[in-house]
Amino acid sequence: MIPFDFEYYRPETISQAIDLFHSLAKQGKQPMYYAGGTEIISMARANSIYTGGVIDIKGILECNEFGYRGTKLVIGSAVTLTNISESNLFPILGMTVARIADHTIQGKITLGGNIAGTIIYREAALPLLIADSQVVIAGFNGTRQVPFSQVFDGRIKLEEGELIVRFIIDSKYTTLPFFHRKITKIDKIDYPLITVVALKKDERILVGFSGLCNHPFRSIEMEDCLNDKSIPREERIKNAISCIPAPIQQDIHGSGEYRRFVLENTLMDVLEM
Amino acid sequence: MIELRDIGSIELDINGEKRKVTIRAAETLLHTLREQLGLTGAKPGCENGDCGACTVLVDGWPIKSCLMLTIEAVGHSITTLEGLNNVPMQKAFLENFGFQCGYCTSGFIMVCHALATIHPGADNDTMADWLQSNICRCTSYEEIQNAVKRVLGKDD
Repeated sequence: MIPFDFEYYRPETISQAIDLFHSLAKQGKQPMYYAGGTEIISMARANSIYTGGVIDIKGILECNEFGYRGTKLVIGSAVTLTNISESNLFPILGMTVARIADHTIQGKITLGGNIAGTIIYREAALPLLIADSQVVIAGFNGTRQVPFSQVFDGRIKLEEGELIVRFIIDSKYTTLPFFHRKITKIDKIDYPLITVVALKKDERILVGFSGLCNHPFRSIEMEDCLNDKSIPREERIKNAISCIPAPIQQDIHGSGEYRRFVLENTLMDVLEM
Repeated sequence: MIELRDIGSIELDINGEKRKVTIRAAETLLHTLREQLGLTGAKPGCENGDCGACTVLVDGWPIKSCLMLTIEAVGHSITTLEGLNNVPMQKAFLENFGFQCGYCTSGFIMVCHALATIHPGADNDTMADWLQSNICRCTSYEEIQNAVKRVLGKDD
């Protein structure tokens, strides 16, 4: 049971949602946008977060959009992971989100929720990063469309009251050869020891990582090393590992040494693409 | 716009019936089903989305009712174990001894029934994927899998 009360709103337009957020914030109610709600409910139950008002974005048409618009694949922030994996419109994203939490919960978690959540892995961000996706963000001052990589640096950078509306992926990325591997300590359903996601575009490998450091990332420097065909694969991988942009995680899922070992072997398979 | 400030009355569509309940906005569907409607088929287990004992169907898809606010269910069709009427999966669980203590059984039946309905031709990987959403501490997994295979027509 959630040990405190809050107000619930399910607006039908973006402007209603934004206005509500600011109105509730002015009243000191610490509002939160709510989509799948799995993290909000479980953390509220444990009294780890507080909100006086949740704004459920599932009633907003734009946040539920899912499909091709011309040559662009549009995925609303309130689209569930199950919808994404069942549709197979963007196979690498479908495969990635099908390994987040368990199958039943994937029917509740949304794309926006996984990316904006507090759990550090945010694996759904990886295919969007390596596919050079755009994101549409709405706020009090209007709506903006920006490269996803510009606002995602381990976690999404939003201004107070801003709302993720949708993601836009160019169709030239959705049919590329891809690689996905999530390695867990024991159970299939667990946080990743490491997750590696890659696309091959014009003979260049594009790659993203989760679980390796304390945030998910794409590193152009690591990609440059992996794509340097003038040197043997083992050396490319060694160079790429020397460019990892943050300390390798050491936690209950595995030591830093073990993660490095698993990464080396996984990257060898990535280069087989 | 749907809104609920603290406490209010709403109408839910549960097992084909319209049911009025008075709820807190912060109340989970699991709590409402059990405490207000007496639908105790959905079991409280971890109440953290891990065990699956509280699984119900929302518009035919399995959902862990501990991770859904009751107010979110407005406008959707909810099915609990009590809403299943001798469906093949219930019979298959009985015939394959798909339970021991029985606490997880209703959650498993809901997810397995949804699988058989949505993906009647499910392969072994799909079946494993769906079944991993639920935990049986008595470890009746093999018998549960046999029950699902029976309904999917994949038993030996």
